[in-house]
Amino acid sequence: MANATGTMRLKLHIWRQKGPNQSGAIKTYDVTANEHMSFLEMLDVLNQELIGKGEEPVAFDHDCREGICGSCNLVINGVPHGPQRGTTACQLHMRTFKDGDEIWIEPWRAKAFPVIKDLVVDRGAFDRIIAAGGYVSVNTGSAPDANEILIGKADAEEAFGYAACIGCGACVAACKNASAMLFTAAKFAHLQKLPQGRVEADRRAVRMVQQHDAEGFGSCTNQYECEAVCPKEISVTSIARLNAAYRRASLRSVEV
Amino acid sequence: MSRLTKFLGSTVGAKFVVAVTGTLLSLFVVGHLAGNLLLFRGRDAMNTYAESLQHLGAALWLIRGGLLAVFATHIVLAIRLKLRNQSARPAGYAHEATVQASWASRSMVLTGLVVLAFVLMHLAHFTLGWLEPTKYAVHETVGSGDLLRERHDVYAMVVLGFRSDLFVALYVVAMVVLGLHLSHALQSLFQSFGFRSPSFTPVIERVCGTVAWVLAAGFLLIPLAVRLDLVGTEVTP
Ligand code: HEM
Ligand code: FES
Repeated sequence: MANATGTMRLKLHIWRQKGPNQSGAIKTYDVTANEHMSFLEMLDVLNQELIGKGEEPVAFDHDCREGICGSCNLVINGVPHGPQRGTTACQLHMRTFKDGDEIWIEPWRAKAFPVIKDLVVDRGAFDRIIAAGGYVSVNTGSAPDANEILIGKADAEEAFGYAACIGCGACVAACKNASAMLFTAAKFAHLQKLPQGRVEADRRAVRMVQQHDAEGFGSCTNQYECEAVCPKEISVTSIARLNAAYRRASLRSVEV
Repeated sequence: MSRLTKFLGSTVGAKFVVAVTGTLLSLFVVGHLAGNLLLFRGRDAMNTYAESLQHLGAALWLIRGGLLAVFATHIVLAIRLKLRNQSARPAGYAHEATVQASWASRSMVLTGLVVLAFVLMHLAHFTLGWLEPTKYAVHETVGSGDLLRERHDVYAMVVLGFRSDLFVALYVVAMVVLGLHLSHALQSLFQSFGFRSPSFTPVIERVCGTVAWVLAAGFLLIPLAVRLDLVGTEVTP
């Protein structure tokens, strides 16, 4: 809630870091925003002021600003994407906050997500997990008919649920162990639920977990902080599926 | 690298083994509680049960060795994962927040280590008799005629042991901590093993939470009942 005109005065504590491998610190800024702004627009206002004063603007990742690209990775008051469930930071409105609030804004924190600058981290580790097995192999040049393979409604819906993952990394940022299990499992399970994905499921499970570990992510301790902050509300049932599939694949002596 | 070391070295594999060993330990806890509750059936029931365990001979040592291996594996893998998890986030948040993870789930190593300390104390107390040797060295005579013999009076040992406020307090604290460990652990097992569904997971979570505290409360009945003179009043020092 803001005052009658909708303006709100905020105190922002923002992580500032000049570049990779440099030390950084929290710096405090005052900003006047409007309750109708999105969180990123509020940061735009701050950056305009900083540029006007000849200071370095705050670097933060963003692209679509409509909740589908997964770029806007901000930890807001300790919670990835802020206090509103199922919402990316770009879709978060300032009316979620109150006039006079103090807001802490920090980057995703994980060894596998090194800070590039200020609030921007390198999420290349996710790309490498996908490259390790998060795909289906198909021959080119002979695209099958779209409805050739029928898929039951329940399976299709579950697969769609997992496929909604936008790879933002909030699960890692929220996890007490900086584990990327929800991301890895969502990408695994959405393929496992479909006939086309079942063929390589064993190999996929083993390779994706191996890459997840090699990147330096932590292990899942079943606390489900990831599910609670996921802007797409992806279910940790995906993790149960990956747990079982990885165990089965390992017992079956998959050559990878 | 062999398949086993690869499996154990992975986050998912190690967690699976923590879950398997945790299941075995939990089954032991259930069995141990069932045996201990024989105290309420009286001196003869308790001591006959204890004697029958002793008569297992070599098998008893096999079971003990197995338990020790399971316990050690559980602890080593759990701590290794914890260290890995800590190194996965070298720089933390200036403003930390927890959305929904319970205190129990965030304190598994702490509660686990308290349980470990308790188990060592408990062994020194009732299995080895190091802590209170005179209360440990109690025997009863059973049988008749030629079959007259002495056996360890476990019933009297336990009753005498729990007439001490210090030991009652130690056991109460330890069992509350075990309840905390199990309140996260039992429902967590199902996830680690890969059983999860929207219909049965909420039920599992409720049942497991209840079972964890029923187990802790079951163990607590014994020191509390003794201390409150509800059982064992016939035992004289
Ligand atoms: C009577 C003794 C114990 C029992 C019955 C027991 C039981 C369990 C069970 C059932 C689990 C669940 C595994 C899973 O999440 O899938 C677990 C997890 C765990 N236990 Fe134990 N445990 C005992 C002692 C210990 C000890 C001595 C430690 C010492 C460090 C310990 C540390 C842990 C840790 C760190 C976890 C993993 C927690 C997580 O992933 O969040 N436990 N235990
Ligand atoms: S900027 Fe694309 S999801 Fe937020």
